[in-house]
Amino acid sequence: MKITAPASAGTMESGDILIEIEPCEQREVEVVLKSSVANEFGKQIVSTIRSAVEEFGLESAVINAVDKGALDCTIRARVFAACQRATGTSEFDWGKRV
Amino acid sequence: MTRDQEFYSALSALDQTAYVPGANPRLNEKDPAPLKNRMARENKIVESLEKAVELSGLQDGMTISFHHHFRDGDHIVNLVMDTLARMGFRDLRLAPSSLSDVHAPLIAHIKNGVISHIETSGCRGELAKAVSRGLMDEPMVFRSHGGRAAAIEEDEIHIDVAFLGASSCDPFGNANGYSREGEEKSMCGSLGYARVDAQYADCVIVLTDNIVGYPNVPFGISQRLVDYIVCVDDVGDASKIMTGATRFSTNPHDLMIAEATSNVIVHSGYFYDGFSIQTGSGGASLAVTRFLREAMLEKNIRASFALGGITGAMVKLLEEGLVSRLLDVQSFDLDAAQSLKNNRFHQQIDANYYANPYRRGAAVNQLDVVVLSALEVDTSFNVNVLTGSDGMIRGAVGGHPDTAAGASLRNRRLPAHARAYAERARSREHRGHPRRHGGCARDRSGYRGESAQARGRGATRKSAPEGHAHRGTRAQSRAHHRQTRPAAIWQQDRRHLHLS
Amino acid sequence: MTKLRRSMLFVPGNNPGMMSDAHIYGSDALMFDLEDSVTLREKDAARLLVYHALRTIHYGDCERVVRVNPLNTPYGKADIEAMVAAGAEVIRLPKTETAQDIFDTEAEIERAERKFGIPVGQTRMMAAIEGALGVVNAYAIATASPRLIAIALGAEDYCANLKTTRSLDGSELFYARGAIIVAARAAGIDAIDTVFSDVNNEDQLIRETQAIKQLGFDGKSVINPRQIKPVHRVFTPKQQEIVKANRILAASREAAERGSGVVALDGKMIDRPVVLRAERTLEMAYASRAVFEEDET
Repeated sequence: MKITAPASAGTMESGDILIEIEPCEQREVEVVLKSSVANEFGKQIVSTIRSAVEEFGLESAVINAVDKGALDCTIRARVFAACQRATGTSEFDWGKRV
Repeated sequence: MTRDQEFYSALSALDQTAYVPGANPRLNEKDPAPLKNRMARENKIVESLEKAVELSGLQDGMTISFHHHFRDGDHIVNLVMDTLARMGFRDLRLAPSSLSDVHAPLIAHIKNGVISHIETSGCRGELAKAVSRGLMDEPMVFRSHGGRAAAIEEDEIHIDVAFLGASSCDPFGNANGYSREGEEKSMCGSLGYARVDAQYADCVIVLTDNIVGYPNVPFGISQRLVDYIVCVDDVGDASKIMTGATRFSTNPHDLMIAEATSNVIVHSGYFYDGFSIQTGSGGASLAVTRFLREAMLEKNIRASFALGGITGAMVKLLEEGLVSRLLDVQSFDLDAAQSLKNNRFHQQIDANYYANPYRRGAAVNQLDVVVLSALEVDTSFNVNVLTGSDGMIRGAVGGHPDTAAGASLRNRRLPAHARAYAERARSREHRGHPRRHGGCARDRSGYRGESAQARGRGATRKSAPEGHAHRGTRAQSRAHHRQTRPAAIWQQDRRHLHLS
Repeated sequence: MTKLRRSMLFVPGNNPGMMSDAHIYGSDALMFDLEDSVTLREKDAARLLVYHALRTIHYGDCERVVRVNPLNTPYGKADIEAMVAAGAEVIRLPKTETAQDIFDTEAEIERAERKFGIPVGQTRMMAAIEGALGVVNAYAIATASPRLIAIALGAEDYCANLKTTRSLDGSELFYARGAIIVAARAAGIDAIDTVFSDVNNEDQLIRETQAIKQLGFDGKSVINPRQIKPVHRVFTPKQQEIVKANRILAASREAAERGSGVVALDGKMIDRPVVLRAERTLEMAYASRAVFEEDET
C-alpha cells in the first residue's frame, strides 16, 4: 500500500492524539512523538503507533504524533484513520482478532 | 541583647534610680506635640528598602525569610532579592514559607551566588524545574507548615531578617492582610505564616503599599514585633493574589470524587454534632464542602470549627451557623479575607497554633476530618504532594503531613525525631526565647514557682524537681512524662507529649 | 431481574477523552454516537474510535448502545458491520419511519453476525422515532423485529418535522410520547424519552422526568453526567412505595394461601392491576438496589 497524500486524524483535546502521516523516501516507518508523558510512556506510545502502522500494511511512512494522554486503543484508532485517509482506502478488517 | 531585653533592663535600671527633680531625663522630657505630628516625625518608616537593610545589620551568609500569603501575585520576594543582589550580598540563606511560579527570577540570584541555600514548604514553576535539575549546591529543604514553624520556634532556622509584606500597616508596625482605610490594593486575609517570622526573627521589616492611621487594630502582626517599615509601590498583583470566591468545580469527575468523599465522611463515625474539619482549596475539595453541607443540614449536625486554608465555602457555612468558628492560618479567596476582617468568630491563627508538631494542643490535633489532595498515592496509601511522576518538584508539602498526622481519621503518631527532640530539650536548661512570652524574667520565675505547689498537683503526681528539667533514660522519661510538670520555660500548652 | 434503562448517557463518538471513562458515572446505558454529533469528515475516524473503545475498555454494567448512521447514507453499512464486530449490545437506528427500516437494518446486522461468527440474534436493536411518520408507524416499528428492546423519542428532529418549536412544558411532544409508550407496551418493549438539553436547569429536568415517568416511560436519555443522579432518583421507588408494595404482595400471597380470589388490605379491596404494579415496584427497587426492610404484615 502506498501513501497517496499526507493526511491526519485526531485532535489536541485531552485524551486524544493527533497523528499526521506523510510519505517517506526510505523504506521505514519513522515516528516523531511529542507528549507530556514522553518520559514515562514515550517508548510504549511509539511502539503502539509502529505496530498499528505495520498491521495496517504500510512499510514506509513518517508519522508526527502529538499526544494528549491517549489510551492505546485511541492511538490505534487514530493511526488507522490517518492511514486510511492517506492511502485513500476505506476497507478495514473488522473481524480481526487482536 | 534583644530589644525586649534592652527595654526591660532599662526599666529595672530606672526603678533603681532615685528620683531627682530635673535629673532624670526621661521623666522630664514630655512631648507636647499632638499625636498626628508626633507620628509623622517619629515612626518606624524608613525612606528606602536599602536603608532598612542597612539598619537591620544584614550580612553575607545570614538567613532571611518571607511569607507566601500573596501567592502568585507576590512582588516582595523578587523586589527584596533584586535589591539585595544590587547591594552586593552573597550566600544568603532563604527561608520563605513557600515559593511559586512568580519567583523564577531567583534562578539568576542562585546562579550569581546571592542565594546559597533555600528552606521552604513548596516550590513551583521554572525555579522548581531548575532546582530539580541540580541548580543548587546545597539541597533545597522542604518542611511542612507546622514543621517550619516549629523549626523557627526551636531555633533550627534562625531568621536574621524577615521581610514581610502587608496589605496595610500603621507607622508603628501594626500590620494586616487587609485594610480598613485607604486603598485596599492587595488583600490577602490571614497573615498566619508571617506571624511566626515576625515573632522570632531578629529583625522584622514590613513592606507595605498602604500606610494607614495609628492604631491599625485589630492587628495581624503586632507593632511590638516590627522594627522597620518600608513603603513600596505594590506589594503584589491583586488579581493573582486571590480572586472572588473560588468556584465549585462543575467537572463531573471532581463532583464524583467529592460526593464519594462526602459519603465516606458521613459514614465514618466522625460525623457528629460538634465535629471538626479541614478541607483543601482545590475545586474538588470545595465540592466536598457543598455535599457535606447538605448532609449537615439533613442530619442537623454542626461543626465546632473548620481549620485551614479557609475558603468562601467555609465562610458560608460559618455565616449559616453550620460551623461555629473558623481558625484561619491562610485565606484562599476574597470571601475568606473579608470574613476574617469583619467576623469576630473567624480567627486569625499563626502557623505554630495551627500545626506545630511538638504541641499537643496544635489545632491540627483537634481535627476529626481532613480532606487533602495529592499528586500521587500508592496502594499502601503513601502520598506524594511534592513531585510529579517525572520526579520534578512541582508542588508543596504544605500542611499535608501536619493535618494527616493530626486528624482523627488517620492514625495519630508523633514523628520519631520529635521524641529525640524532646530528649534534647529536656536536658537543656532555661532554654527560652525572650519573644515567646513577651514577659519579663520575673514573670517566668513566678510561674515556675507556682506550678508545682500552688496548683496543688505536686502531691498526687511525680512532679519534676523544681526548676530542673527531668533527666533519665528514655524508657523512664516516657513513663514519667505524662505526670511531669514541664519546666516553666515551656509554653502552657506543651503538656503531655504523647510518645506512642 | 428487570434490565434497567433509567438513564442512557450520550457519548459523542469522536471524543476519546469522554469515551474512556463514560462508565464511571453510573448510568444504566451508554449511547456511543456515530450520527449527528460527528461531522461528515470525521465519520470514518469516529467509527474506528468507537470500535476500538468497545473492544478494549471494560464498561462494567452499562449497556453499550451505538447510534449508527441510517442505511441511506454512505456510512450506515460500514457502521453496522463495525459495531457488530466490536460487540455492541444494542444498535440504535435513528430517524426510524417504517417497519421496513427495521427489516433492512436487521438484515445488515444478521449479515455481519454471520460474517464475524457472532450468534445470530445476539445484537439487539433500538429504534429512535424522530418524525411524524415514525409516530404514525410506532406499533409497526415496535413489533418489526424480536431484536427490538426499546423505542425512543428524538424530540429535536420531531419538532422540526412538525414545524413547531420545543417548549418547557412539552405540549408539542404530548401525542408522540403517548403514541410511543402505547406502542412500546403493546409490543412488550421499553420506551425511552428524549434528552433534556439545559444541563444547568436541574429542577426542570426533574419535573420533565417525573412527567414522563407518570406517562409510563422506562427511562430518559441524558447528555451530561450531572443529569444521571436526578433522573435515577425520579425512577427509583421511594421508601414508602416499597413498604406499601411489600404489604400488598404479602396480602396477595396470604389471599392465595386462603384460596380466596379477593385480596384485601386495610379494609380495602386490592385489584389485580394494583398487585402487578406492586410487583413492578419491587422489581425496580431490587434492580436499583434501593435499601429497604421487609414489613411485617
